Amino acid sequence: MASYKPVVIPAVPKLGEKITQDTLYWRGYKTPVQIKEFGAINKIDFSRVPPYNYAVTASSRIHIYGRYSQEPIKTFSRFKDAAYCATYRDDGKLLIAGSEEGSIRLFDISGRAPLRQFDGHTKAVHVVGFLSDKYRIFSGGDDYSSSLWDIPSASEIVSYSEHSDYVRCGCASKQNGDVFITGSYDHTVKIFDARTKSSVMTIEHGHPVESVLLFPSGGILVSAGGRYVKVWDVLKGGQLLVSLKNHHKTVTCLCLNSSGQRLLSGSLDRHVKIYSTTSYKVVHSFNYATSILSLALSPEDETIIVGMTNGVLNVKHRKPEESKEKSQKKRQPAYRTYVKGRNYMPKQEDFYVSKPGRCILRKYDKLLKGFQSSKALDAVLEPHIRLHTPEVTVAVMQELNRRGTLRSALAGRDEKQISLLLTFVTRRVIEPRFTPVLITVADIITDIYQPVVGQSALVDKQFLRLQEAIGREIDYQEELLEVLGMMDALFATLTEKRATYLEENQSNGLTKTLDQDMSI
Amino acid sequence: MVAPAALRVVRCGGSAPHGARAVFSAGARFLLCASGDFVKMYSVATEELVRLLRGHSDLVTDVQLAPHNHLQLYSSSLDGTIKLWDFTDGILIKTFTVGYKLLALYALPTSEDSMFVIIPKSGERGTFQLVSVKLTKAAGQDMEAKELSVVLERVDASPKCTAFGREGEYVASVKGINLQVYFFKRKQLNRFSLSATKRKGGNNVFTCVACHPQEDCIATGHADGKIRLWRNFDHKKEYTYSTLHWHHDKVTDLAFSVEGTSLLSGGVESVLVQWHSGSDCKRDFLPRLGSAIEYVSISSDGTFYCTSHADNRITIVNSNLRFSKTIQGLIKARDVKTGLVVDPRTKALVLNGEPGHLQFYCLQSDKQLYSLDIVQQEYIHQAGLNQSDLVKIAFSAQGKWLATVEEREETELELQLKLWFFDEETQSFKLNTRISMPHEDHITAMCFRDMDELEDESLMLVTAGRDCVFKVWVIVEDTDPEAQQSLSWSCDFVGSYHNYQATNCCFSEDGSLLAVSFEETVTVWDSSTWDLKCTFCHPPGKIRNICFGRLTCSKYLIGATDHGFLCCWNLLSCALEWSAHLNVIVLQPDPLSEHIAAVSWLLKESSLFVFKPNEPRPICIQRKFCKEKIQFAAFVPRDVPETIGSEKYLWLRRSQLFFLTDMQELLTVSTKSPEERLTLSSKQLAVEESLPVTPFSLLLGKHRHQQSQGDIGLGKVVRRHHEQDSPAVKELLHTPAHVLPSASFLCPIFINSLLISKEKKSAEQVPDEVEMESEEAEDDSDEENNVTEMKQEDTMPIESLGETTHKLSKSEEKELRKIRKTDYSWLSVF
Repeated sequence: MASYKPVVIPAVPKLGEKITQDTLYWRGYKTPVQIKEFGAINKIDFSRVPPYNYAVTASSRIHIYGRYSQEPIKTFSRFKDAAYCATYRDDGKLLIAGSEEGSIRLFDISGRAPLRQFDGHTKAVHVVGFLSDKYRIFSGGDDYSSSLWDIPSASEIVSYSEHSDYVRCGCASKQNGDVFITGSYDHTVKIFDARTKSSVMTIEHGHPVESVLLFPSGGILVSAGGRYVKVWDVLKGGQLLVSLKNHHKTVTCLCLNSSGQRLLSGSLDRHVKIYSTTSYKVVHSFNYATSILSLALSPEDETIIVGMTNGVLNVKHRKPEESKEKSQKKRQPAYRTYVKGRNYMPKQEDFYVSKPGRCILRKYDKLLKGFQSSKALDAVLEPHIRLHTPEVTVAVMQELNRRGTLRSALAGRDEKQISLLLTFVTRRVIEPRFTPVLITVADIITDIYQPVVGQSALVDKQFLRLQEAIGREIDYQEELLEVLGMMDALFATLTEKRATYLEENQSNGLTKTLDQDMSI
Repeated sequence: MVAPAALRVVRCGGSAPHGARAVFSAGARFLLCASGDFVKMYSVATEELVRLLRGHSDLVTDVQLAPHNHLQLYSSSLDGTIKLWDFTDGILIKTFTVGYKLLALYALPTSEDSMFVIIPKSGERGTFQLVSVKLTKAAGQDMEAKELSVVLERVDASPKCTAFGREGEYVASVKGINLQVYFFKRKQLNRFSLSATKRKGGNNVFTCVACHPQEDCIATGHADGKIRLWRNFDHKKEYTYSTLHWHHDKVTDLAFSVEGTSLLSGGVESVLVQWHSGSDCKRDFLPRLGSAIEYVSISSDGTFYCTSHADNRITIVNSNLRFSKTIQGLIKARDVKTGLVVDPRTKALVLNGEPGHLQFYCLQSDKQLYSLDIVQQEYIHQAGLNQSDLVKIAFSAQGKWLATVEEREETELELQLKLWFFDEETQSFKLNTRISMPHEDHITAMCFRDMDELEDESLMLVTAGRDCVFKVWVIVEDTDPEAQQSLSWSCDFVGSYHNYQATNCCFSEDGSLLAVSFEETVTVWDSSTWDLKCTFCHPPGKIRNICFGRLTCSKYLIGATDHGFLCCWNLLSCALEWSAHLNVIVLQPDPLSEHIAAVSWLLKESSLFVFKPNEPRPICIQRKFCKEKIQFAAFVPRDVPETIGSEKYLWLRRSQLFFLTDMQELLTVSTKSPEERLTLSSKQLAVEESLPVTPFSLLLGKHRHQQSQGDIGLGKVVRRHHEQDSPAVKELLHTPAHVLPSASFLCPIFINSLLISKEKKSAEQVPDEVEMESEEAEDDSDEENNVTEMKQEDTMPIESLGETTHKLSKSEEKELRKIRKTDYSWLSVF
């Protein structure tokens, strides 16, 4: 026989982005700390050893920050002009930086004056880095050349002049101490081996290359340039694996997270996108105030730091893991209770006495079962239901309406309750999923309480607010309809040409999606 | 036998079993109730229909146990007879002809030879009287019972409005606002009347009456939901009454418990209320019985209560108000909107059942298989409420998916499209997707792409709505592993045609074409690219029905317009093939053949036309077969193809055609004579055990039956044959169970023993494999055999003996084969 059927709370599809493991993970950062630097931040680099300080290159200075400090612990400011690309060595003891005047300087973290200076580039050096054997440095300059330097002797080992435009990015292989990669504005990425006289591989990116990144395994290379991020398989001779076009302005920086499972890209379009390295789909994205130039992620993803064109350093720290002690503290049943009869095996002659599962009804369901409609409505207007699960409130209102008792449930309320009801209606009536029900509710309320309008200032104010909210919504809908009409007109003109100008249509479609992206 | 039998219309789906209060047999083993022209006997333990007492020629109005023999039963009917039955054996003992329409029947233990009946008063319309009938004890089957003496005048026709008091000392009857009590011994008649004023919405009209079994106390039910307990009513003035009030609407029936300690009442709220010791505060409820209670009755030992409901159902309740059993026939919903749909899995007829439910009604056993809750809302029994209603359903080809549309119309239309997935584990449908407001207006038609071999990915659902579009819904797989379910439905395509309302939709047999009708035009769409292929119309009529031809006629599209034309378009030439002037209201293609049934409505009578799309001449015309308007029709595939003699009715061979009229009557057409149909059903009832029937008991029963037949008809030859195989049976039956090997081991031996003994007899033994071929061939040959035999019997009586032996053994063998084919896995359970 049928038992009482609880009110069905309609599940409404979640609007906006879907909540996945990734969104939960990447949302777990605190509100950002903003630090103002002197100029555009072109490089942020984390030390690979605890306490994981980081070096920020902006204008003519290099600042070293502690992980949680907001003031620089150390500053290197011996540059006449802009400094570029301050990079830690793997042991965290040495720091290298290029400069606008063409010299490369090597600093000891504890000292102030440069240990070595490497001169040889005739123009600005935008990219420098250590090879993984720790004793050599590679660099790329605006004089189209990329060079290799020896630290102990402070001399140039070899210089490659293969690029035909500025060399603006590069990285070294972690696996092989001889291999490094540079990317240039001549649209190519070149892989060099220190043991050979020329580049080993050239990859055509198609746009000025802004950033390159080699996976720790050394097999996969990621290059960013223009609006594209391209992934290449180095071991297959530079075959393009996937081309990602998720930004709508130039991508300026790339970064891997600590596990190597996610790839991050920052762009001038103010977004940081996070890709899964298995599917190369965007799993999450961050939004920033201005165009992004540089990006770094601390080990264990504890901190995410973004440097921007206006010189603001945006530092986000991960929230501390919530301890799960709370759930453990829940009182367990006494030891005896759950040990007793736990291993009992039923015998053949035993009778089973099945205990019917008790169905637990919510408070409003209990009241509805007893036909107490007014009280049921009161129950769903409790703050925790009204504020956190408005769909429950609305579902109960709908159920009352279905039972024909909504009017009597709404009637006979005092000033405070009416204003509470009206606040709820005013706030939720414009939500499309609640609109049909709440319009009925608003109708009935105005019907019932029409005679008492003017007796209470509080209620009158709420009525006015409701009117205002509905008026605004109507205007908004009208506007939307206008836009729809315009778009219809546009599409109508497009479909006429469809037969002849199919190609053109497609590009139009593209620009349309682009526009949508922009508006987001 | 092969004479062209006429097509006849047969009512099925049973009539409501609530013609009168149901009666429990002594010991509460059986429940007897009047149902149409029959009395049905159900087993209380198993809720099976055990016996059907057949004999009345009109509606049975009341059944009463014989007061002095608890194995006998009296029944009264509108045909003017009282019949006495031995219900355990199903034998009609006596028939008493009264000659008036009998509306109610009362039997009293104190008056042995007379019964009380309510009959219409001659000469006055609408007035009835309670009379006592003297039943003569003389031997003989048919009696006249013309000795009538009037007890009360002006009683109500309903059996609920008259009741006999303690030991038959008085009779109480209510009508309107009057209560009259007649004392038999003192021959005194007391009348009491209530004020007719309807203050505070009260309504004092009596609806039912019940008498306390031991005290002088009468309980009356009223139209405003009050129950009054009358005492001291042997005085005309000093009577008293107390009031019990819980029901908010009419009290429909009252019953006192055996000792009279509690009172049961029922009403339209579908709540059974038990009042203890006549006080207002102590009461128990059994709520949510499904639909309005019509009758309440109590078994003589007080262990069971039984409520008959308005929706063709009997509920048996334990005395502690625990729900026990339910006997459910076809629910006649007030308004069937879903049409008749056949569930491909169970072959059950699916239509609206209880409010918000879908009933799966098994046609063979006249039983509801189950009821699926679609709306999933608490049903409030209250007049004037707009309830959610189920309007459209569709099954996918294998019955894996079910789509339902429910709507509720108040100021605005609320629409919900739900898709249900058949869960193999729980063997029931589970809600998969709920789409609210799939269309902005009413949904007019819905269909699945009907392809057997297709996987889920290409399954498609099309809904057509009055909002001038049709929508195509497909399954999408959710790639997110976190999601609870991976499959859900979403809209794939929205099509429209010149802003006309979409009225019908239909897929071709191979699923490649979709036809959607938009008012006057039929549009044909390619179902893979959703391009509009072509349009057909037959102005000025709007399209009422469309369907594609099947099998060899798949190149035709049939449409019926409301201007009375039936058109057949050729899809290859895109031209009208033929059209006929016929006001078709129902167009139903047979899923198993090319035939299409069309029902027309002309001059207030329905006619049936069956045709193939490739020829305009109908195969079968049955004019004016029904005076009611047919609303829906459905072809239900038969389990076993039937042998149809006449070529005209060959279309009935593989499927049976059912209709639903606007009076909610379920009809079918059949070529068999009523006798044949009845014997068929009585064969099903041959196993008259109240215990559950196992295949073994069936086998044994048949075996014995044949044995006895053989004894009578054939003499020694056959008897010897039975003696041969009896040791196997004996061994199985007489060895103590604990020394027997497992039943699964014994079973083949036992069955083989039956077979081998036969093989010795018949010389021409057909190999198994050949015999396994199609059953219809067997049937045909059987039939031929039968005919030739009959001829032979006429001419050569001597030879016929051997021939018949052979015949019998052959059918026996077939029977055994069938049994051998059946599943014996149940045996291994023990």
